[in-house]
Amino acid sequence: MTAAAPTPWLSLRGIHKRFGPTHALRGLYLDLVPGEALALIGENGAGKSTLVKTLTGVHAPDDGEILVEGRPCRFPRACDAQAAGIVAVHQETVMFEELTAAENIFIGRQPMRGMGPFRWIDWGRMNREAQAALDRVGAGFAATTPVRHLSLAQRHLIEIARALSQDARVVILDEPTAALSQQEIREFYGLVRGLKAQGVAVLFITHKFDEVFAVCDRYVVLRDGASVGQGAIADADEPSLVKLMAGRAIEHVYPPIADRRGDVVMRVAGLSHPTEFADVGFELRRGEILGFYGLIGAGRSEAMLALMGLKPDARGDVTVGGRRLDIRQPADAITAGLAYVPEERQRQGGILGFSVRHNISLAGLAGRGRCETPLSRGHWLSPAREERFAAGLIERLRIRTADQHTPLSGLSGGNQQKVVIAKWLGLNPRIVILDEPTKGIDVGAKQAVYQLIAEMVEQGLAVILVSSELPEVMHLAHRVVVMKRGRAVAEFARGEADAEMLVAAASGLSLPPREEAPAPVFQYRTELAA
Amino acid sequence: MKALDTWERVLLALIVAVYVGFGTGIDGFLSPYAVADSTYNVSEKALIALAMALLVVAGEIDLSIAATMALASLAMGFAMKAGAPLPVMLAVAAATGAACGALNGWLVTRWKLPSIVVTIGTLSLYRGLAQVVLGDQAITGYPETLSTWGNGSVGDVIGVPWLIVPIEFAVLLVAALAVGLFLHRTVHGRRLYAIGANPVASRFSGIAVDRYRFGLFVFAGLMAALAAVLLTGRIGSTRPNLAMGWELDAVTIVILGGVAIEGGRGSIVGTVLAAVLLGSFTFALGMLNVSGIVMSMIVGALLIGAMVLPRGVRHLRTRFA
Amino acid sequence: MTKSPTPMRREWLLLGIIVLLALAVGARAPVFLTWRNALDIGNDSAILAILVMGQMLVLLTRGVDLSVASNLALTGMLCALAAKAWPALPLPVLVLMACAIGAGLGFVNGFLIMRFQLPAIVVTLGTMSAYRGAIFVASGGAWVNDHQVHPAIKGLPRDTLFGLPMLIWCAAAVVVLALVLLRWRREGRELYALGGNPSAALYAGIPVSRRLVMAYTLCGALAGLAGLLWVGRYSIAFTELAAGYELTVIAACVIGGVSIGGGVGTVSGAVLGVLFIGVINGALPVIQVSPFWQQAIAGAVILVSVVLNARADRSRGRQILERPAAALQGASA
Repeated sequence: MTAAAPTPWLSLRGIHKRFGPTHALRGLYLDLVPGEALALIGENGAGKSTLVKTLTGVHAPDDGEILVEGRPCRFPRACDAQAAGIVAVHQETVMFEELTAAENIFIGRQPMRGMGPFRWIDWGRMNREAQAALDRVGAGFAATTPVRHLSLAQRHLIEIARALSQDARVVILDEPTAALSQQEIREFYGLVRGLKAQGVAVLFITHKFDEVFAVCDRYVVLRDGASVGQGAIADADEPSLVKLMAGRAIEHVYPPIADRRGDVVMRVAGLSHPTEFADVGFELRRGEILGFYGLIGAGRSEAMLALMGLKPDARGDVTVGGRRLDIRQPADAITAGLAYVPEERQRQGGILGFSVRHNISLAGLAGRGRCETPLSRGHWLSPAREERFAAGLIERLRIRTADQHTPLSGLSGGNQQKVVIAKWLGLNPRIVILDEPTKGIDVGAKQAVYQLIAEMVEQGLAVILVSSELPEVMHLAHRVVVMKRGRAVAEFARGEADAEMLVAAASGLSLPPREEAPAPVFQYRTELAA
Repeated sequence: MKALDTWERVLLALIVAVYVGFGTGIDGFLSPYAVADSTYNVSEKALIALAMALLVVAGEIDLSIAATMALASLAMGFAMKAGAPLPVMLAVAAATGAACGALNGWLVTRWKLPSIVVTIGTLSLYRGLAQVVLGDQAITGYPETLSTWGNGSVGDVIGVPWLIVPIEFAVLLVAALAVGLFLHRTVHGRRLYAIGANPVASRFSGIAVDRYRFGLFVFAGLMAALAAVLLTGRIGSTRPNLAMGWELDAVTIVILGGVAIEGGRGSIVGTVLAAVLLGSFTFALGMLNVSGIVMSMIVGALLIGAMVLPRGVRHLRTRFA
Repeated sequence: MTKSPTPMRREWLLLGIIVLLALAVGARAPVFLTWRNALDIGNDSAILAILVMGQMLVLLTRGVDLSVASNLALTGMLCALAAKAWPALPLPVLVLMACAIGAGLGFVNGFLIMRFQLPAIVVTLGTMSAYRGAIFVASGGAWVNDHQVHPAIKGLPRDTLFGLPMLIWCAAAVVVLALVLLRWRREGRELYALGGNPSAALYAGIPVSRRLVMAYTLCGALAGLAGLLWVGRYSIAFTELAAGYELTVIAACVIGGVSIGGGVGTVSGAVLGVLFIGVINGALPVIQVSPFWQQAIAGAVILVSVVLNARADRSRGRQILERPAAALQGASA
C-alpha cells in the first residue's frame, strides 16, 4: 500500500514516566490504527506494563501527550480511559469472583428499566445481551455462570466480551495466551482477527514470536523505555526483532555454563498431591542446573513448594545427601540445605516494609541454615552481626541500595530480587530452587541474575530453575524436565531438543516425525509419559 | 534502651501536659499518693494491653481477653470455695486463662479463621459462661494476701515504708520490661513483626507462623489470668461483669501507643506510655467526678483521634508540600 | 476451581436446621408450636432483622459496624427525650428523626473510614463507646420510664395491621427494601463487587467511597429506626440499653452466611440467621434454660458456624491434574 498511512485513532507523543530514580518510559511514540494489530515487543522491564498502565489511566504521564482522534486527552481515573474506549485484558484477569459472567461484563452499567428514582436492573436484558457478547467471542458457557467456576481462558473471553460490549476502540491484550492450550490459542487468533475486522485497534503484547507473525500487522520494539524500532511485520523477521529487543546478539546475555557436575545430591520420587501434581521424580547433581519448563499452571511451583514443606497434603520420597528426609514444614527443608526463591517476590519472597538488612537476615536467625557466621546470639538479636552478614551479601551480589536500612520497597525490582536471593544464599544451601527468577526485571538485572546462577553452580551448589521463558531454560540448564498438567512428561539433556520440541511437550502436541536432527542446544532423548 | 521515636515523644509530652494541666487545677493531683493511686486501674489494663500489643504486631487481635479475665477470676473463686490454698488458686486461674487462649489459638490456626470473628465469638462465649455460672451472684471472701497484692505497695511487703509504689505497678513494670525485651531484642520478636507485615513471606522463609500465633493467644490468656488475679485481689470479689468492656481499653492503649492495627509496626515503650497517659487522664477525670460512662466516651473519641491524627497530618503535609 | 456449596443449598440446610430445632423443642413443650408463640418470636426477631439488614450492607463491603447497638440506644434516647419535651410531635416526625439521627451517626463512621482509610473495626469500636457515653450526657444519667415514654412511640410497635403488629410489618418492609437494593439496584450490586475485589472495583469505575459511606449511613439509619422501635416495645430508655447487642447482630449475619471477608451474603440467608437466633432465644425459656445462657449460646453458635463456613469454602489447591482420583494409582486418595 503506497497510499498515505491510515489515521491513527490513538497516538502517544513523547511520553515520559518516572518512578523515583527509575525512568520507565523515555519519550515514547506510538500509533494505534483501527483495524490493525500492533505487536509490542520487549524484554521484561522494558516498560511494557508501564505503557499499558499509562494507556489505561492508572498512571499519568509526566511528560508528553496522549492523542485520541487527534485531540489531546487525559485520564485522571482508570474508568476515564475505559469511557474513552480503551480497554485492557491482562494476564491476570480482574474479576469479581462471586458475581456471574453477565454481571462482570456489565458491572457499573447494568441496563435498567423504569423511570426516575424507581429504576431497577433489567436482569433479563442484561443476561441476554451478555450471552450475545459471549457468543460473539465463541465462549461456550452461560452468562449466568459465577466467575469462580470458570477457567483463566474463559475469564479472558469475558474480558474481551466486556470490551466489545463497551464499544471499545482500542483493546490491549497483555500476554493473553500465557496459560492457554494450543487449541485455545488458535481460537484466540480468530478472535483477534474478528476484532480487527470490526475496526478495533489491537495492541498485542507478547513474548512469543509466532504469535507476532500470526496475527499482527505492525510492530514496535521497546527497550529501556523507548521505542527502538517499528515497522510492518511483513518486512521483519525474528532475528532482527530479537536483536532490537536485546540490543545485542542474544547469546551475550547468557553467561557460559560449564559442566562440572558431581554426585547426586537430591533424589525425588513419587512426589504427589491430591489435586496439583502427581508422580514427579528427578535426580539432581552438584553443580547442575535442572530446568523445569512448562506452561503457566502446569504445577511446577506447586511441586517445588511441596519440596519446601509448604504443601501439607503432598507425599513423596525425598533424599538429600543420601539421607531420606521427612519434610513437614519449611524449617525442615532449610535444615536439609534447601532454599526456595519464590515466584512472587513482593508477596512471597520479601517483606516490603522491612529494611534490606532485616530481609536478608530473616531466614537465618537463631542459627538456622548453615551460615558461615551466626546472625544472632542464640535467641538474642545482634545488630552488629546482622550488619556484617548483610554487608557481605550486598557486596557479593552487588545489590544497589543506599544503605542497609532502606526499606525493600525503595529498591528496583531487580535489586529486590537480589535481596531475596541473598537471604537464601547466606544460609549456604546445597540446593537452590529459583522460581521464575527474572520475571518482571530489566535486562541488566536479568544478566546479573544469570551470572549469579553461573557462580552458584561453579561453587558446587545445585540449582533447580523453574521458568516459563524458553530461551532462559535452554541456555542455562544442563537438563530440562517438562511438566504438563501436574505431571513430568519429558526430560531432555542439553543438546537433545530444540525449542519446538520443548513447547510441544509442554502443550501436549505430538510433532510429526523429522527427517533431520533438530537444531542445536537441545536434542530429543527421553519421553517419560505423554 | 533505644531512643524514643516521634510518636513516643508526643505521648511523653502529653503525659507531662496532663500532669501539669490537671495538677494546677486539682488539689493534690501531683501528690505521690495520688500518682500511686492513679496507677491501679491502669496497671491491670496495661497488662492485657501488653499481650494485645504483641498480637496486633503479629497481625491478630483478641477481643475476648477481658472475658477471659472474668472466667479466670471465676475459676480462681471456685478453687477458693473448694478450699484450695493460694498457689493452687493461682494455678487454676492461669490454666483457665491458658485454655481460653488456646481455644482462640486453635480456631485461628487450625481453621484459618480471622481472629476478629473468632474472638468476637469467644468473647460472647466466655462472658456468657461466666453469666451462666454466677448469674447475679458474686464470689467474695478472698484471702488477705490477694488483697495485699491488689492494693498494697512494694514498701509494705519488703518493709520499706516510703516506697509507695503499688505492687501492681511493679508487676506491670517487670512484665513490660520482659515483653519489651522479647519484642525488640529477641529473634522471636523480629519474627512477630515479620508475621504481621507479611505472613506469606514469613512462612516461606521458614518461620513457624502458626506456632507463634497459637503461642501469642495462649500468652494473652495467661496475661488475662494475671490481670484477673490482681483485679480480683483489689476489688475483693468476682462478678460476671468483671473487666466488662476492657477489651476496648486494651485496643485503645495499643493503638494510642503507636502499634499499627494492620500489623508489622509498633513498640512496647509506646504501649506503656499510652497506658500511663490513659491512666493518668482517666484518674484526673475521676477526681473531677466525671462518670465512668462519660470517661469511656472520651476514650472512644481518643481512640479515633489517635488514628485520625497521624493520617490527617500526613495528608496535610502532602497537600501543602 | 473448587465448588463450595452454593448459597441456595446452604440456606435450605439452615432452614432445615431451624425447622428441626423448632420441632424438637415443640416435642418437649407443645406450646412452642402455637401461633401465639410464633408471633412472639416474630416480635422478638423483628428488631434484630432490621439491624441485621443494615449490618449486612456493611459486612458486604468487607467492613463491620460495632457501634449499631450504641447508635440504637442513643437515637432511641434522643427520640424519647424529644417526645417527652414536645408531646405534640407527630409520629411520622419522630420516625424521620430516628432515621435521620441514626443515619448521621452512621455517616460519621463511614466518613472516618473512607476519608482517613481507617480500619472499620477500630473506628466503630471507638464510636461504639463515644455514642454510648453521649447517651449519658444527653439524659444526665436519668432513665425515661414507662409513663414518660410518649404513647405514640409505645403504640408504634403494637398497633396491628391485618392481624400482625406494626413491628413485624416494619421489619418486613425493611427486608423487602434490602432485597430490592441488593438485587435490583446498581448501588447494591456494587456493594458485592466492592467487597469481593476492592481494587478491581476501582478499575471498574465503581464510586467506592460513595458506596462505602452509603453502606454505613444506611446501617446507621436502620439502627436509628430500630432504636425508636426498641424504646417503644420495651417502654424504656436508659444508658445501657441494648449493650452488647451488636454481637448478636453479627452472630445472626454470620450464621446466615454473610461473610466477614466481604462480597458474599444474601438477604434470605440473613433472615434465616435472624430466625435461627429468634428460635433459639424463644426456646430457652420454654425448655427452662436460664436467659443467662443466651450470650454463651450466641458465642458458641458464631464459632460453630464460622468453622463450618471455613470447612466448606476451604479450597484444596487448584485442580491442575486432569483426571483426579482415577489417575492416582497407588497414591492415597
